Formats: sequence, C-alpha cells, structure tokens
Amino acid sequence: MSATTKPVNQKAWFLILPVFICVAFSAILPLMTVVNYSVQDIISPERRVFVGTEWFAAVMRDEDLHAALWNQMKFSLAVLVVEIPLGIALALAMPAQGWKASATLVIVALSLLIPWNVVGTIWQIFGRADIGLMGHSLERLGIEYSYTGDATQAWLTVLLMDVWHWTPLVALLAYAGLRSIPDAYYQAARIDGASKLAVFRYIQLPKMRGVLMIAVLLRFMDSFMIYTEPFVLTGGGPGNATTFLSQYLTQKAVGQFDLGPAAAFSLIYFLIILLFCFVLYNWMQSLGQAEKEGAGHA
Amino acid sequence: MQLSLEQVGKTVGPAVHLYPMSLSPVPGAVTVLLGATQAGKTSLMRLMAGLDVPSQGRVLVDGRDVTGIPVRDRNVAMVYQQFINYPSMTVFDNIASPLKLGGQPRAEIDQRVREIASRLHIDIFLERLPAELSGGQQQRVALARALAKGAPLMLLDEPLVNLDYKLREELREELSSLFSAGNSTVIYATTEPSEALLLGGYTAVMDAGELLQYGPTAEVFHQPRSIRVARAFSDPPMNLVEAEAVDGGLRLRGGVNLPVDLPGEASRSVTVGIRASALRETARPGDIGIPGEVELAEISGSDTFVHVNTAQGELVAQLTGVHEFDLGAHITLHIDPSQVYVFDRAGDLVRAPRRQEVKA
Amino acid sequence: MSRIDLDLAHSYRPNPSQDSDYALLPLKMSFEDGGAYALLGPSGCGKTTMLNIMSGLLVPSHGSVCFDGRDVTRATPQERNIAQVFQFPVIYDTMTVAENLAFPLKNRKVPADQIRQRVGQIAEMLDMSHQLDMRAAGLSADQKQKISLGRGLVRPDVSAVLFDEPLTVIDPHLKWQLRRKLKQIHHELKLTLIYVTHDQVEALTFADQVVVMTRGKVVQLGAPDALFERPAHTFVGHFIGSPGMNLLEVEAQNGSLRIGDRVLPVPRPLPEGPLRLGIRPEYLRLVPLSEQGCLPGTVTRVQDIGTYFLVTVDAAGQSLKARLSNETAIPGMGSLVGLQILGDHTCFYQNEELVA
Repeated sequence: MSATTKPVNQKAWFLILPVFICVAFSAILPLMTVVNYSVQDIISPERRVFVGTEWFAAVMRDEDLHAALWNQMKFSLAVLVVEIPLGIALALAMPAQGWKASATLVIVALSLLIPWNVVGTIWQIFGRADIGLMGHSLERLGIEYSYTGDATQAWLTVLLMDVWHWTPLVALLAYAGLRSIPDAYYQAARIDGASKLAVFRYIQLPKMRGVLMIAVLLRFMDSFMIYTEPFVLTGGGPGNATTFLSQYLTQKAVGQFDLGPAAAFSLIYFLIILLFCFVLYNWMQSLGQAEKEGAGHA
Repeated sequence: MQLSLEQVGKTVGPAVHLYPMSLSPVPGAVTVLLGATQAGKTSLMRLMAGLDVPSQGRVLVDGRDVTGIPVRDRNVAMVYQQFINYPSMTVFDNIASPLKLGGQPRAEIDQRVREIASRLHIDIFLERLPAELSGGQQQRVALARALAKGAPLMLLDEPLVNLDYKLREELREELSSLFSAGNSTVIYATTEPSEALLLGGYTAVMDAGELLQYGPTAEVFHQPRSIRVARAFSDPPMNLVEAEAVDGGLRLRGGVNLPVDLPGEASRSVTVGIRASALRETARPGDIGIPGEVELAEISGSDTFVHVNTAQGELVAQLTGVHEFDLGAHITLHIDPSQVYVFDRAGDLVRAPRRQEVKA
Repeated sequence: MSRIDLDLAHSYRPNPSQDSDYALLPLKMSFEDGGAYALLGPSGCGKTTMLNIMSGLLVPSHGSVCFDGRDVTRATPQERNIAQVFQFPVIYDTMTVAENLAFPLKNRKVPADQIRQRVGQIAEMLDMSHQLDMRAAGLSADQKQKISLGRGLVRPDVSAVLFDEPLTVIDPHLKWQLRRKLKQIHHELKLTLIYVTHDQVEALTFADQVVVMTRGKVVQLGAPDALFERPAHTFVGHFIGSPGMNLLEVEAQNGSLRIGDRVLPVPRPLPEGPLRLGIRPEYLRLVPLSEQGCLPGTVTRVQDIGTYFLVTVDAAGQSLKARLSNETAIPGMGSLVGLQILGDHTCFYQNEELVA
C-alpha cells in the first residue's frame, strides 16, 4: 500500500490571509473576550476576580431571565406558526412568469429593504390612536387600543410588525422552491384528476421541503435574536411584556454594566439557539430520510 | 502516452465505489468502459483524469507516478454527457479557450479552431453562442474544444447519451474517424454493448465497481471470461440455461442433450450460454432442436426477436427477416451445438464457439 | 378505449405563411381504437407537440381533435380521460406504491374496496404486487416508470395511454423487460397506446403502425415491415434501420442506369433523369466481380459487431455499407468486391419520394 498524497495547493492560503486576519479581529478575538469575562467578576476595569462558573449558575437561577426566555419562546413559536403558512400562501398566489411576476416580486420584497429601526418607527406611528391609520381606525371601530398601555396588545402589535416585515422572506424562498418543480408533475396531476389541495399536499409541499427548512431556520434564529424593532416600538414595555431575550441581555450588559453575568448569559444564549437549530434541522432531515428508507429493497 | 492504473480502488465512507483493479489502456487507441449505470465507469474516469485521488493504488503516466497531482497539471481533456460549454463565450472562443491558455499566437489559434470546426461541421456557427445551438451541435462544440486541446488523454463520459438515436449514429461514425486520425489515448464510457462494438478498439467491462475483463472488443465479446461479462456485454441478453455434464456432452435442464466437446477439467454442473442470434427457426444438419411456445414476437426492422417458453426456461431468439407469429404458437428453435458457451459452476468460461478468422 | 381523429395544424405564430412557421404542418390522421401506434422522429420534429395536443395539455392553433367523434379540442386531460407517462418518472414521493396507484381513483371518489381490487389487479400485471407497501420514492427508475404507467392503467375507462419517450432513463437491459411488459399489457387490455420516441427499435417493436415525422411533417404512416421494405421517403429510409439505407446518386436514361462510370440495365420501368437508388445494408450482397450487373468497389472498413459484420465499400465515388452475417465469407480490407445493388428490395426515389 503506497502513500497517497492529497493534491494540495498552498497558494490558496495566502489569498485568504487578509480575510482571515479581519475575521480574527472582528469575530474570534471578541468571542474570546466574552468567554474570558464570563468567568470573572469585573468590579472595575482594574480589579477582576476569577469566579469560575458562578455567573453561569446565577444566570440560570435568575427569575427575570426565565420570564424573558419564556416570552421569547412564545414569540418565536408564534412567528413561525403565522409566517410560514402565510409565506407559502403568498408564494402560491404569485404569478409564475411574465412581467407580472417581476413586478410582484419587487412589491413583495419592499418591506425587506426598510432599515429595521425605521420599521419600528413606522409601526409606532401607525399604531397611535390620534394620528396612526391603524390606531385611529381601531378607535373609530370602538376597540380600545393602546400598545403602550395594554401588555397583550403590545405583544400582538410586535408580532404583527414582525409578520409584516419578514413574511416576504418566507414567500420569496417558497416561491423559488415552487419554480424549481418540473412542469411534468403538474401535468401528471392534472391527468390524474387531482384537486388543487391534493396538488399542494402531494407535490408542492414535499418538493419545497429544502427551502422551507431554510426559511424555518432563518426565521427562528432571527426572531430569537430580535432587538431593534420591539425596542423602537415599545422600549420593552409596558412593564416587561415585550422584553425579549436580547433586550434583557443588553439591559444587563450596557445598562447595568454587569459584564460578567452578561457575558455568561450571551454564551448561554448562543448555545440555546444552536441547540434549537440543531434539533430542528435534524428533525426536518429525518422527515426526508424516512421516505427513502421506507422503500426497503428495491 | 502510456497511462497505467495499478491496483487503484476508491472507497467513500462505508461504500466501495471501485474494488482494486489494474488497467493499462493501449496507448493511442480507443478503450471503451462498458457497464450498467453505477458500475463505476465515471469513478474510474475521474481517477484517470486526476479529479479524484484513489483510496489505494497508484496512477502512472509514462512510468511517472502522478497519483497526487491534480487535474490541472495533467494533460487531459474531458467531455461529459450534459453538453458543457462556456455559456457566455461564442463557439469560436469556446474552442479556442484551451489554446489561449496555452499561450499560442493568435494566427495559429485562428487556423486551428477553423480546421477543427470544419472537421466537426460547426464552422458555420463560429459566431453564435452555445445556447442558440441544438443539442447535437452543442456536443460537437464540446468535442471540438476537447480535440483542440490536443491532450494525449481524452475522456468521454457517455457523450452521446442525450442525443437522438440517429444523431448518435452519425456522431459516433465521425468520432470513430476523428479518433483514428489523432493519436490520443481515448477512454469512452457507455452503457450500450452495441456502441462498444461499433467503436471497436478495446473494451473494459465493468460491473458493480469491479473490472471484469479488458481486451480487444471483438475478443471480449466472443470470449467472455465469465457469466457476468457475458451478461454485461449482450444486447439482447444472452440465454443462460443450467446443464449437467454427461457422457458425450451436456444435458440441459428440461431434458435436451447437446453433443459438445468439453475440456476435461470442467465441473459437473455448468451453465450454458446461447446467444439470441445463434438460435434458428429452420434446422440445419447437426442442429439440436428445442421445442417451445411463442410468448412474444418483436419486430425490429430487419430482425425479429422471439421470446419462447421452453422446458429450459424462457429463451430469446434473434431471427433475421420479418416473421409473424401467433401468441402460443409452437416453435422449435435450432442450435448448432458448437455455437454454445459453457460456463462452469464458478461462472468462468470453459468453452466458447470457434469463429472464422477475419483479416481486419 | 377510443378512436382518435386529428385534423389540425399547429403554429406558435398568429399568421403562419410558410412551412417553417408551423410546429405541425396541416395533417389529418386517425388512431384506431385499441391500436398501438408510435410517433417516430428526430428531436424537434413535432412528435411531442402532437402528443400534447392529443392529451389536452396543448390546444392546437388550427383544427380539431375528436375522440369517438366527439370534439374534444378544448377539453382538459381529465375530460378526455387519457393517461400520460412522461420521460422521467413522475410519482408522488410521500405515498406508497399502493397509494400512488390508487390516487386517480380516489380523486374520482371510487369506493375503497373497488380501489383495492383494481390496484391489486394492476400491480399483478406489472409484477409489483410485493412492493405495494413500499415508499415510492426509494425505488429504482424502471420501477418508478412502472408506477407511472400503472397510474394510467388503473382507471378502467381510460381512453388512451400516451407515452412520451418513457424509456429514456432506463438501463438497456431493463428496457427489454419494460418493452415486453408494455406489449403484454397491450395484448391483455386492448387499450389505444400511443408512444413517442426517437429510437427506431422501440418504435418498431412496440407499434402496429408507425408514424414517421420530420420537421413538423408526417412523412409516412405504416406497419413496421412496410417502413422497412418500402420507405416512401428517403428520410424514412435513412432514419429507420441501423445503419440506415444506402442512397446512391444515379441517372436513368433510355432504359439503362448510369452509376458513376458504370452502366447497368434498368430492373423495372423508371422515370428518366437523376434519381436516388436506395438499398438497405441488410440487402446489399457482396458478389464476385465477374457476376453480371454488379458494381465494383473497394473495401475500406470491416467491423466485427458481434452478431454480424459491417463492411464499408467505396463504389462509384460513394460510400456504401453492407451487413453480412457471421457465416458469410468476409473480405479483407482493401480488397476489390462486387456489389449487387439491384434486386427486389431496391427502391428508387425522385425528389426524395418513392417512385419505383
């Protein structure tokens, strides 16, 4: 057995060196710093004490944190439950070719182009009872509406804002998935006499699995980290009704300058997202595998 | 250039794509890799080109070990079954691309491109983009580009499979003459036995990742080393019947006796292989008859393929001319006993029919 | 089971004026109930267009389509009750084989026990009875195509089954089995089957009648042996047969035939002037040079094709191929031979059409 050498071309390493250095400075070094802080008590910039896992334990026991985490999970779940089906429905309704398709794509994508704090500001005004279109209309219809006063209404307004902002992303991904289905499947379905629902259930949905997986992962990760829009709209209030995890973390780190616990928490935060995504991804992959394995010996 | 593969094998994770095999294609000639899909033809070609590194074994070019050397440092041209051309470049630029990389003077490039284009009958399309051409023309552009490179090794992975049957015939003829005009070693992968026979040259038969036999095409066809080779290199499929060696010959399962000379060391139970074209409808002196009922008759222009149910199992006969048969009709197929193949219990060839010598 | 009558033309331009504007030149054709037909031709000849018009996936720009005398030109595929099998297997990935086969019947609200019985029957015919509970997505290509076919056959009242090059993705040795299966099914169910292909072997083995098309035009409709023996057009002679018919430029003058520098007697009455002589490689015999009425030539290539030999001969400045069986004496390269080109199977063409 002779030694086989892999074909290696060293020149490539030199080409990526500049990028590598930039990434190291902007990502790896700060990450190392966070890990460093998470195991120390920073009483002042000069005085630091090593405390081991104390902050991690404290973070896990923190009641406020549990409330924020629970709130966040409800929110992300609601986002997925509303946005994914809505995005699919929107993609199904969009025309497939011609100038109408291009026009629709542009219009649908508009909300994705708006800076996130502007989105918050738009909705802030939109929901006001005196000058906002939505707020005023609801007032005229006799509904008591105040996103600054009522906790549930504030929460729902943030959800509505996120749906308005991000459903087009799901729609665009689903649209791409739909366009990749060869025409013969639709023709065969027509010949088999399948209803539109059957076509959706047996052809379109299975073939969209790949893009839907991406959409679910993206929306989950982004909604779990949501900060700018709710902060601009409600500032986290009333009370902590719309205080989600990242805002809680920022309050801790920037507001109270508790760097140790904040660092510990941000690591835990990162791991939570990683865990959820891992589970979700594997589950969706296994759905696809189960079909192939069910065939047995062919 | 003499390409040599010594005990190369390829394993990816738990799956063995290629079992260790050695192959030295005859330089300057066409070697056909024949096998079903997933037989390992593409994996083997990738090893020859340098696109993949073998998990074991060595690749040698003219005696030099090139196993680790990547494909861009080896002088290889490759043509795929999906017509692959640079979509944004004209046909002229496509064909000229390997020459430009070689740094040749403009005038020389121009002349060579036009010469190759006219040999492949695409000289009128030189200013067009590949997307404007038909499938067959696009594949000609890909072939022209490969020929322009003038590489000593040309690999073609089922290049004609996406073309019309008639276009395939025409292009195959042209390829045959182009190959014999040049002096590159050509490796051509295909799933169709008839294509291997029409290209001539040498054939390597592959099955499930193993190299079964390599030799001059006609020889591999007429002297398959084992049942697996006979199965892979037959269209229509070879009839295989179990038989026992008895005094004076063989007794087929179901009771027909064939007087055949067998070499002494043959095992008792054997498999008899009868090609469809060896079975006849009318008897000639010395023939043995196998009675049966017609199950299906397929007419294919100049030949009729008859599927007959016999006591020996189901047999396919290829009869010249157009014959009409009623389903269920009685028919006796006749075979000249000297025209059968005999394979022993292990599946290896024990006896093959003798053939006339042809001065090619 | 229906009889299909076509009287149409198809063009993608609003006002077609010349032949090249048409995807399908005006044609009038009938497909008898229970017959097996093949549409044969190179890519771009319009065969898939014709198939899609018959199935209802495409509406012809001019003319009509009738099923059993009923005008169905604008009817949908469901209304026409046809089944179509496509080039690559189209199956519902999430369902088992049985569910795939049952799908068209479920959509028509057929009672469950009838569905089960019919599915069992069709699965039996396709040799898939033991695979009914497997997931369709994991099967091989030829089995998936069988499922596609089964979905078409499962409806007892299906009017016609249309095939669009269904064996393209199948391995050569499995193609044999599938072709046999199709013929058996045709024999048992007596359905109208229409098969589009560019492979002449598939067309000739499958069909009772073959429609040969090129560039949107139907060139000949006939039984396989008629197409082989007496092609009505040089295109048919060239397209059918592997290799195709040898075509020689000849000239008929005053009862004699001039080929190159040889003059031979005319075998039967021929129109005067330049003609093309067609003879298939299977019928071109090699004879001793001394024989009467033969054409001398030099052998330029001898190929051993396993079950026969293919000999290329240069004669009268043109290249001809002859197919010789393994038992005849094969001449060596470069030898001088005589070609017997005149016989019962020789055809003569004027302006590409058969004249004698």
